[in-house]
Amino acid sequence: MRRFLTQHASAFSDAVHKLLAFPLGTLLSLVVIGTALSLPAAGWLVLDNLRDLAGGVPKPQQISLFMVPSADKRAFDEVELRLRLARVGSWRFVPRDEALERLKAIEGVPEILATLPKNPLPDAFIVEPEDIRPEAVESLARTFSNWPEVEHVQLDSEWVRRFDVFLRIGRLMIVMLAGLFGGALIIVTFNTIRLQILAQADEIEVARLIGATNAFVRRPFQYFGFLQGLLGGLFAVSLVVAGAALLSGPLDELVALYGGRWSLRGLDLALAGSLTGIGALLGWVGAQLSVAVHLRKS
Amino acid sequence: MISARALSKRYPQGIEALRDVSFDIETGEMVFITGRSGAGKTTLFRLLAAIERPTSGSIVVNGQNLVALRESAIPFLRRSFGLVFQNQKLLFDRNALDNILLPMKIAGLPANEALRRARAALDKVGLSNREKADLLTLSGGEQQRLAIARAVVNRPSILLADEPTTNLDADSAAGILEIFRAFHQVGVTLIVATHDPQWVSCVSPRILRLDQGRIQEDVE
Repeated sequence: MRRFLTQHASAFSDAVHKLLAFPLGTLLSLVVIGTALSLPAAGWLVLDNLRDLAGGVPKPQQISLFMVPSADKRAFDEVELRLRLARVGSWRFVPRDEALERLKAIEGVPEILATLPKNPLPDAFIVEPEDIRPEAVESLARTFSNWPEVEHVQLDSEWVRRFDVFLRIGRLMIVMLAGLFGGALIIVTFNTIRLQILAQADEIEVARLIGATNAFVRRPFQYFGFLQGLLGGLFAVSLVVAGAALLSGPLDELVALYGGRWSLRGLDLALAGSLTGIGALLGWVGAQLSVAVHLRKS
Repeated sequence: MISARALSKRYPQGIEALRDVSFDIETGEMVFITGRSGAGKTTLFRLLAAIERPTSGSIVVNGQNLVALRESAIPFLRRSFGLVFQNQKLLFDRNALDNILLPMKIAGLPANEALRRARAALDKVGLSNREKADLLTLSGGEQQRLAIARAVVNRPSILLADEPTTNLDADSAAGILEIFRAFHQVGVTLIVATHDPQWVSCVSPRILRLDQGRIQEDVE
């Protein structure tokens, strides 16, 4: 066991020496790896933030029933009764005055409303159906539109669904991008290790002649790939964190100008750890492939 | 200890380097394999060191049949040998001490123990004052002694050397011979391939004379 640990410690130390022996080359590799990892990570973060931003909008599958302007208490009771009998889920009545008050909370709107002779908003019912399958919700909306005194029925979730689809496409593109850059990272490590193997061909040959196993030959390169990927991952984390920190202030300002309350969420520890871990893993894979090809040839 | 039976080695180009070679070598023996260039000495060295496998026949070392040995077991077998190569196979980008440390690094010896053994090995071959020396500054004889030090640093029971005095002057060759004698006296089995008859005549070892891949003579 002690020998095993000694061999690993020695291989790790060799890998660190190799990284430090050519600082410029190491730095360039880290920049390439860091950039390759940071792009999909940044994209993922943007999508995550967009999802957060969309979190304050009406819940998916929400139906608004707008009453005719002349609708009175009797009409409201009639709709309530029908909703109760239909057992559609939960609902609440939003009187036109309450809707107006909510509208006034949005910056700039009170000035516009002040120019209007009377409250232009209708009374409304907001329904959250139990059955949220798209076809069930659409069927309900059609039923509601036939009810007396209901002027207009709106599926509030429509744009959220479109947004969800957009996010899904975005996520898919990020995954494809990550795959592409992950492959590039493996190739970068593969080539770096290949050049190292060529430079150390004599040493490898001698080592094998005097009793080195394939594992002994592989180990320093595997550590090198692992460390290079790990450091590249850390570099990517620092790039994304720095980018998020730079954008955070101006974005907060922009959102505040629109009267919203939202701030950019940076990399959390789990994502930062994953990014670093993925870098290390891909580096190790690149090194493993490169040494395997060499050992098969020799 | 070493038993070769009906060893033959034919290379893909059709060259038959060894033909039906059989011999036994006991523990602690000193054996010189002689013969002209192309007689098959280096091929026999490579087969004994499990660097190559014979086309037919068997080699048993300490009860292990090298022909049947799995590829993954060969490195561990080689660690039990001390190997001195014809062209030394030293690493010129490292100093003398680092060259000696390599076999122990492979064996996974702790750094302190490795350093102690390396210095002792350098001392045995008379290079203790050159441990930090750049290899390019060492003479041919010193390089050969360094190669021997690397071969013996892991305390092998068998020392295999291929043409260890090639390109050395008479004094250097005599020095190498003295080193081999010293190892032989402490019980190391010594197998040396050489084409230098003068060198062989200085000692009285067992001689296996090869010619055109066959053993022509096996004399003590």
